[in-house]
Amino acid sequence: MFLIHCPYCGEREQSEFKAGGEAHIVRPKQPTELSDDQWAEYLFMRKNIKGVQFERWVHTHGCRKWFNMVRDTSNDEIKAIYKMGEKPPTKYK
Amino acid sequence: MTNNLRVKSSKFIDETYKISFKFNNKTYYGYKGDTLASALLANNIHLVGRSFKYHRPRGIMTAGSEEPNAIVQLHKNTSRTEPNVRATEVEIYEGLEASSQNCWPSVNFDLGGINNFLSPVLPAGFYYKTFMWPASFWGKYEYFIRKSAGLGKSPTEPDPDIYEHKYIHCDVLVIGAGISGIIAAKTSAKNGFKTLLIDEKPHLGGSTIYQNSDHFKINNQISSSWLEKEINEIKKIDNLKIKTRTSVAAFHGYNFLLARENLTDHLPLHQRDEKVRHRLLKIRTKKVICATGSLERPLVFNNNDRPGILLSSAIEKYSNLFGVACGQKNVLFTNNDSAYETAISLFQKGINIEAIIDNRENVDSKLVKEIEKNNIKIYKGYTVVNTFGYKRINKISIMQLSKDGQKVVGSKISIDCDCLGMSGGWTPAVHLFTQSGGKLKFRDEDQVFIPDTYPSDQISIGSCNGEFTLDEILSSISKKLKDFLNIKKTEYENLEIQSHFNKTKRNIWLLPSDKIIGKTKPFVDYQNDATAKDIKLALREGFRSIEHVKRYTTTGMGTDQGKLGNMHALGIISETAGSRMGELGTTTFRPPYTPLTFGTIVGRNVGEYFDVSRKTPIHDWHVENKAKFENVGQWKRAWFYPKENEGMHEAVQRESKAARDSAGILDASTLGKIDIQGTDASEFLNRVYTNAWSKLAIGKCRYGLMLNEDGMVYDDGVTTRLDENHYIMTTTTGGAATVLSKLEDYLQTEWPELDVYLTSVTDHYATISVCGPNSKKIISKVIPNLDLSDEKFPHMSFKNTKIDKVTCRVMRISFTGEQSYEINIQANYGKSVWDKCMQAGKEFNITPYGTETMHLLRAEKGFIIVGQDTDATMTPIDLQMDWIVSKKKYDFIGKRSLYRSDTIRDDRKQLIGLVTENPKEVLEEGAQIVLDANKSPVEMLGHVTSSYYSPNLKKSIALGVVKGGKNMMGQKLIIPMENKQINVTVTDPVFLDKENKRLNA
Ligand SMILES: [Zn+2]
Repeated sequence: MFLIHCPYCGEREQSEFKAGGEAHIVRPKQPTELSDDQWAEYLFMRKNIKGVQFERWVHTHGCRKWFNMVRDTSNDEIKAIYKMGEKPPTKYK
Repeated sequence: MTNNLRVKSSKFIDETYKISFKFNNKTYYGYKGDTLASALLANNIHLVGRSFKYHRPRGIMTAGSEEPNAIVQLHKNTSRTEPNVRATEVEIYEGLEASSQNCWPSVNFDLGGINNFLSPVLPAGFYYKTFMWPASFWGKYEYFIRKSAGLGKSPTEPDPDIYEHKYIHCDVLVIGAGISGIIAAKTSAKNGFKTLLIDEKPHLGGSTIYQNSDHFKINNQISSSWLEKEINEIKKIDNLKIKTRTSVAAFHGYNFLLARENLTDHLPLHQRDEKVRHRLLKIRTKKVICATGSLERPLVFNNNDRPGILLSSAIEKYSNLFGVACGQKNVLFTNNDSAYETAISLFQKGINIEAIIDNRENVDSKLVKEIEKNNIKIYKGYTVVNTFGYKRINKISIMQLSKDGQKVVGSKISIDCDCLGMSGGWTPAVHLFTQSGGKLKFRDEDQVFIPDTYPSDQISIGSCNGEFTLDEILSSISKKLKDFLNIKKTEYENLEIQSHFNKTKRNIWLLPSDKIIGKTKPFVDYQNDATAKDIKLALREGFRSIEHVKRYTTTGMGTDQGKLGNMHALGIISETAGSRMGELGTTTFRPPYTPLTFGTIVGRNVGEYFDVSRKTPIHDWHVENKAKFENVGQWKRAWFYPKENEGMHEAVQRESKAARDSAGILDASTLGKIDIQGTDASEFLNRVYTNAWSKLAIGKCRYGLMLNEDGMVYDDGVTTRLDENHYIMTTTTGGAATVLSKLEDYLQTEWPELDVYLTSVTDHYATISVCGPNSKKIISKVIPNLDLSDEKFPHMSFKNTKIDKVTCRVMRISFTGEQSYEINIQANYGKSVWDKCMQAGKEFNITPYGTETMHLLRAEKGFIIVGQDTDATMTPIDLQMDWIVSKKKYDFIGKRSLYRSDTIRDDRKQLIGLVTENPKEVLEEGAQIVLDANKSPVEMLGHVTSSYYSPNLKKSIALGVVKGGKNMMGQKLIIPMENKQINVTVTDPVFLDKENKRLNA
């Protein structure tokens, strides 16, 4: 079970958090302009990488804030955590 | 039987404290300090159970938690009986009752033993191959398989014992209190680290503590005496906590571990009352030191499973620690020096050793020489080719190994014996290390897997790290601890060590026999009866992956997870397939390391504490008035209120009729309520609901439908505009938490620019709904100052008002189609307002109704229930609710998905009404709907989602979803049931009051 450093509360048990899938998938500003394929790309396509992945997490049983996490899914190492709206750390891209 | 094999008193056994216990209904005696296994052995009992598949007689093989054979059922009592308990781990206590498993009618005469003679027709995969077809027979096969094979019996009554969970935080956790663990724990604690030392055994010191040979000395003291002093010292250190009888079950990432502390299983039954039996420790630690030791390997040879065949180290432990001789005519069989340690220890105690069979040809270590000096016959370069004796070994035959170790040569020699100890070297116990994500490497010279890369802040020390001799362990431990704990010095830097163990070993995974492999029984996995032949068969049949071979042969799939035999399985696979051992990898060791009781896992979360239950402020009234309850999420909701002899049907019919004829009252407090404030509140609602919200006037209510981004209906409810920038949203009872989470998600991540604040206020308000033609009269009595005229207080509007001096909100909204008022008041006034309404409604026969009636009433009106009439595959268009989807709005959650190629198909399942040909016939919810029941295969068009007998319409009504249902009005369809077919007609889903006249009646 991970120990997660909530950017607002500090280090907490994983059981207080929920994972929210891949990060940095921005909802299209003008969905009606999109073709079926483009909309499907936003709606359904997720990378699910073995290795370094950018994820969304929320501190459900805490401050209820969403934030981003860079995690290596092959060994569960959390490499970085940063707030919503902040730029992802470039060294993992 | 007498206690005749107790050879010498041991300081670990209290011979003044006699304990009687029962095994297979016979009474025996042992002493305090005995395990069930040592006590049985002292009584000369080896045969303890039968094997799983062939029902071969099996005895005690080990002296620890790796035991595959000696598993027993404890207790007779139907609430406390416990299957699959290892006799080697049970400490005996007054009142202990144990019995053999896997045998019927008795361990000595077992009908299943016939499988042993049938074994040529019971190869690997037998059960899979034989019982898989035809599938319809599985139920019948299962009965017989379970009867003949089952691993013990589960308790049939609730567990009366108490269990609990406890969190522990520490700096350093040391797993294993052998010599390495003791040194590590002491060093850690003395350097100021908050340290926890855990061991599964009742005593500290591992196997060194009963070592009594002057071949192994530390600072010129026999190793056990040296260690005893260390143990006495660590017991005095303040920041070191020691837990014995505690087994680490799981080692998860980020140094989070689960351990089971056994608190009462060793106590006499009468001392256990009211005490916690097991405690699950949830340990979060900064550093972990694994000192989990190693397990001795058996040898794989023909008939290596008879009772009386034990691991050599187990024989040594039984004699040194328990003072018990496992036999009177002992033979040891080995490929390394370990068995000589056992031999010396037996010899010192005067226990007879007939011979030692050693795979190695040239051996001349100090230990071997000492045995030779004492005239014990050693057969060097020999192997056991067969063993004899059905319920107890009585003879072995041995032959010389060829130079390459692949064959046997020369003539057979027979040796009588009643106990055979075997040693195939040692396997580091790396189970916990690998559970944590650690990667292993293979060490060719002695064929072991040892830790390579660590995934967290941890190290492995001692024999679990492949250091098998005293000098290896002690010469490196100081440096390791200094590096790991980042300290300058330890007190173990210059130990003087004497260790005569020679490391040469002759490893042969499958020892040859004079018979061909098909005619022999070299067991690899004892508990699951998998032999080397089965593994070879799996390879012949094309299995290559170790994980597949494991599942096909069931090797390593028993309750012992193949702790003993997995290495041999790997060895035989790599030899047969011609690959290198290290390349194959290993199978995964999954938690728990040893089985956990369910009690330990659930802790105190049993009975009424199993899950949280939420109750409304009016709950007690429902209980007093004999309501039946249903669970909706965690809520307890009043379901219906039966009177006298009424069943559910009668009660619901009466409640439903009363609500439409006069007045009904419902506790709707469970509906989710979210308070929404902020200058962008209207815009926010525009984006999350399908309909438009900007123009909703203050004081008005509107029904909204919420979609997922994929266009599917997610939740619904009425939202009221309380003020310019203030709304109160209601959600379904079950959806409240997920709706709030979803809205927060959008606000924080997609639309952070919106000025909106969300607060869950579900529990803050009691909600009482009064409906029916007399509802207005009742509310006017409860709130006399409120103008209830249709002009001043029309349908879909709200008023802030007071009842006595308490402010409340009244909404005129309806989920039943009747004129209806919903009072929302601070929760603690809920019960008194409910009472007021009941009092005021008395003259109108106000009738409390529950969720079932609510569902019936809304079905008459064709109102959907999200989650009952929808299932995350229904769009608003599928629900024929096009009217609520704004055409004008540029965007809302899910809008774009409403015209994907899939969502615009005409033949999607669409919501329709159904009426039965026979108006009395009520459909079953979930029943399939077809057009032609005689066509094969029958095409299923949809299913019934809601179905009731309507007392107001005096006929059966139902809602359902049917492919292309929108265009099927008037179509006759069929509901095929088990014994009949029901004819139905598709109708509009609104059955009652299509013009909504009753809302203002
Ligand atoms: Zn937080």
